Amino acid sequence: MMDAVAAVVAFVAALATVTFVEMVVRITVPYLLAALGGAITERAGLVDLALEAKLLFGAFTAAAIAHDTGSIALAIAGAAVAGAAVGAVQALWAIRLGADQIVTGVALNLAAYGLTRYLLQVMYGQGSNSPRIDGIGAKVWSSPLTWLALVLTAVAIVMIARTRLGLRVRAVGERPDATAAAGVSVAGTRLAAVLVGSAIAGVGGAQLSLVVNGFVAEMSSGRGYVALAAVIMGGWRPAWVALVCLGFGAAEAVQVRMQSAGTGLPPELVRLLPYLLALVLLATLRGRGRAPAALGRGA
Amino acid sequence: MTPSGVDRGGDGARFAELRAAAVALLAAMAAGSLLIILAGASPLEVWRTLVARTFGDAYGAGQVVFRATPLVLTGLAVAVPLRAGLFNIGAEGQMIAAAMCCAVVGAALPAATPALLALPVAMAAAAVAGGAVGAATGALRAYRGAHEVIVAILLNAIIAGVALWLGNQWLFVGEATRTASVVEGARFAELGITGSSASSSVVVALVAAAAVGWLQTRSTIGFRWRMIGGGPDAALAAGISVARDRVSAMAAAGALAGLAGAHFVLGHKHAFEEGLGRGVGFLGVAVALLAQGRAAAIVVSAVLFAALSQGGLGVAELVPKELVDVLQAVVVLVAAATLGRTTSVGGGAR
Amino acid sequence: MSAALVMRASKRFGDRDALVDARLEVAAGTVHAVVGENGAGKSTLLKIVYGLVRADRGQLAIGQRCDLARHGVAAAQALGVGMVHQHGMLVPTLTLAENAALGHEPVRRGLLDLAAARRDLARAAARLEQSLDPDACAGALSVGEQQRAEIVMVVARAQKLLILDEPTALLAPGEVDRLLALLRRIAGDGCAVVLVSHKLDEVAEVADAITVLRAGRTVAELARGVATREVARAMVGGEPPPTGAPPPLPPADAAVVLMVRGLAVHDLSGAATLRPGAGSAGGLRQVSFEVRAGEVVGIAGVEGNGQRELVQAVVGLVPAAAGRITLGGVDMTHATVAARRAAGLAHVAEDRHHHGLVLDATVADNVMLGRLDEVARGLTIDRTRVRTLAERALADLDVRPADPSLAARALSGGNQQKLVVARELGRAAVRAVVAAQPTRGVDLAAQARIHDRLRAAAAAGAAVLVISADLDELFALCHRVAVLHRGAIAGELAGDALRAADARATLGAWMVGAA
Repeated sequence: MMDAVAAVVAFVAALATVTFVEMVVRITVPYLLAALGGAITERAGLVDLALEAKLLFGAFTAAAIAHDTGSIALAIAGAAVAGAAVGAVQALWAIRLGADQIVTGVALNLAAYGLTRYLLQVMYGQGSNSPRIDGIGAKVWSSPLTWLALVLTAVAIVMIARTRLGLRVRAVGERPDATAAAGVSVAGTRLAAVLVGSAIAGVGGAQLSLVVNGFVAEMSSGRGYVALAAVIMGGWRPAWVALVCLGFGAAEAVQVRMQSAGTGLPPELVRLLPYLLALVLLATLRGRGRAPAALGRGA
Repeated sequence: MTPSGVDRGGDGARFAELRAAAVALLAAMAAGSLLIILAGASPLEVWRTLVARTFGDAYGAGQVVFRATPLVLTGLAVAVPLRAGLFNIGAEGQMIAAAMCCAVVGAALPAATPALLALPVAMAAAAVAGGAVGAATGALRAYRGAHEVIVAILLNAIIAGVALWLGNQWLFVGEATRTASVVEGARFAELGITGSSASSSVVVALVAAAAVGWLQTRSTIGFRWRMIGGGPDAALAAGISVARDRVSAMAAAGALAGLAGAHFVLGHKHAFEEGLGRGVGFLGVAVALLAQGRAAAIVVSAVLFAALSQGGLGVAELVPKELVDVLQAVVVLVAAATLGRTTSVGGGAR
Repeated sequence: MSAALVMRASKRFGDRDALVDARLEVAAGTVHAVVGENGAGKSTLLKIVYGLVRADRGQLAIGQRCDLARHGVAAAQALGVGMVHQHGMLVPTLTLAENAALGHEPVRRGLLDLAAARRDLARAAARLEQSLDPDACAGALSVGEQQRAEIVMVVARAQKLLILDEPTALLAPGEVDRLLALLRRIAGDGCAVVLVSHKLDEVAEVADAITVLRAGRTVAELARGVATREVARAMVGGEPPPTGAPPPLPPADAAVVLMVRGLAVHDLSGAATLRPGAGSAGGLRQVSFEVRAGEVVGIAGVEGNGQRELVQAVVGLVPAAAGRITLGGVDMTHATVAARRAAGLAHVAEDRHHHGLVLDATVADNVMLGRLDEVARGLTIDRTRVRTLAERALADLDVRPADPSLAARALSGGNQQKLVVARELGRAAVRAVVAAQPTRGVDLAAQARIHDRLRAAAAAGAAVLVISADLDELFALCHRVAVLHRGAIAGELAGDALRAADARATLGAWMVGAA
């Protein structure tokens, strides 16, 4: 018994290192950006199940641009555009065609899995990996994405609370009829929210491929869904959503550390830690707030 | 927004659905042709090869039947909750849990167990395991308000991990990631179509489709599913326990996905293997949406998608076989747009 | 006097004519009423003026000639038109200042200038001698407060034409007087006020001129002082159906069927979550009453004073926080909806679109809904029986078109409501009826049918509880009327006191907590 306690204490002590903090930051960035983007989209009243697609296309585009140009800045910009492109399809489907938002989101994710694999084959003749690129690698404090993520978090918080677009987004997600009656374009506001939110999520995808210096098929591996869980748990409020994402990042970092430290726990199960955490939180917490009233209700 | 899966009846509505399905297929072919040109191949040749390698010979046709069998089942596993206003993206996990359970039970039976007993027992094990996972997903939605899509995706990952752990720890035999074989009695007979893998499990899929068709149109529980999908608040006010029937719809869905797992174990691999049936659960979404949740149409839709994935192998020397994955997604996407107003999920009393 | 508004318009929705060359002329500085039955086209006509609906054909002049093909909300607002909608158009999660700013937000250095929005709103309120808190969350205010806040916001921008769609539908009599006084004042300042209503007494009190619409056409343009009876005849195109009186009073020893004792229910409105810790007065506290066999009891009150909580707790949709509910002497406090229905409880839901019907399902399916026990043979549905039941329900209240295979969505509002009433009251052995706003938004003919059916249920021995915001409806149906205010019963009138001339004033005072 004492041995076990000592082992846990030693493990926790071993976590309190600079490298661990760096790992948490590196892992958190994609969750954070995807979730912030999702929060903005959902506040406007659209269910955002396409975060997985935005991450994946963002990651692929960033890797492809970095491969061709060697420019990290262009790669990040490209990822944002890729995310926004997914958002544009999503908006067209939800706003103009009145398609079911859940089905559309899942379809976009399936398309992202298939299309990125197909493009890998067509562009590089490889099934599961892009060629190695000069990305960011393990750098954290000198990575532009770390600081960009911080800035985007602040932008998202201020945008929702204190800008004209934010006020309109909050209104349109709650009562689109009242927003229209105030002379505000419901479709226009929603489109703007989806494009901004999707671009932010796309940047999250850039972090995925640039830190491992290449694109790997299906490298988003469910993070988009976990990020949406974080949006719900954060009550659709950017600051809380960011905190929840930090929690997921920490959980995943602990998991990675536990695997390398060899705690004796089976690695197959340790790897499930973030998923289990998300599931337990979803099942036990009712979230920090209520959903936008018009969420998912078509145009 | 109009809620999900309610029969509007009338030939006009049926025609609109057919037209929507046709548009989805044509759009998928157009998108596919673009991608084929992008890969530097000739669309015409690819489509021709695709048809030739599937319906062109007995082996190809047999393989289509083999691939369609689990797709009918996972398609039904998506369709049943769809009508009840729930989106089941968890057929993948339900199928894995069921396949593992089915393989363990099938291998544990006495070697001399007759097929008449062994097959039903092994299938029941699969249905119960899949049903339990489905019920859990439904219960988290019904009683805790957790989004069923997120829950199901998380469960898919968790189940795959747990299955691997159970296998590595206890169940895999030898060096392979494969469990012990099920007894002779618990195997579906091969249909013997010139070397294809089609087995008599196709009968299970057809019976399941017929049963779901009956449930949807003639039974009280099917009526309740339709009502909780169409108007959960009105159903609640009319004394229907929406929460309980959400669980029952997801449990039925899990059981159907479980039978797809049984097909792989009892009709093909005769054991549980790592990666078994991968993607079939997700493909069920495309099958069900193209068929708009109707049981009879699901059989046709499953054959179509089976032909696509079988044909994908046939055209692999011309274009990357991932083409087929993209086409499936395009079908779902276009179906979502053209059916926007008839099938929608997730509305109402969340 | 100059004209603030001159228009003619036609509009079709699908295969239905909503407006057929309807005409409306409003003089500046007057209060003008537009009256008509539900579905006559009143709302559509004024939504065209405000740019929310585009007319198919016609002309429109608001001070100057407008291009109907390009007319929209922004164009209407630019011409000084403002509209206050029936159910309010405030976003409940935003503050009043944010609501006021929406659509023309003051911006400073790229950020919202909320201080300016607050200042503007306070100034507009002061000009109309209204008091409001710009930082209050809209959803946490009462319906009357929200409406006055909205009028202040709209009038601040609309100097030429103010449109109000059924503004008194949700108000207590006292609040109505306050509103009408405010409207006269606004007209006195030179702004034309157009009031859409079907309450002819109020119209007679406040309007300088009246336009009557019937089936999408302008059928009369009347001046002040015309008899209410005359207006009513123009509205329905003949003699209006008699309003009717309550069914015969049951004997004093009739058994108590529905009994509610000390019932408390948590707030359902969500206002508490919008302003946590503010001690919201929502929900239901300590309510007791009983309904005897054959008796019709009314619950009056301004919307949001616990009616929804009361109805949902009695039918079993929300749990009681305290107290007891018995049905036929059996304790049903914790029984499921299904168990209460099996014991003979019928429920005409307040919101037929959500709680009454599944709109995309067929009429037959909707009749089956909640009566599954009558058509089930084991697991199977007996289709012949479904058909019989559906046809009987359709005939019972003359639902048109009488086609069980039609989607419920295809019926008009009045026929949908008749379908709900027929289904609920047509069940075997109905012992108690809870009817919430049973005739809201239906035409007079359907209203008369529904009232007759409720009276017939009482005459057949059912205990009937009617919850309504419409006092006229309660006078026409009930033996006793109690008033809910802030989740408690503020008072009750019965017998001669209910028939007395001052009954309306007494109930109205209770409704706003003035007594």
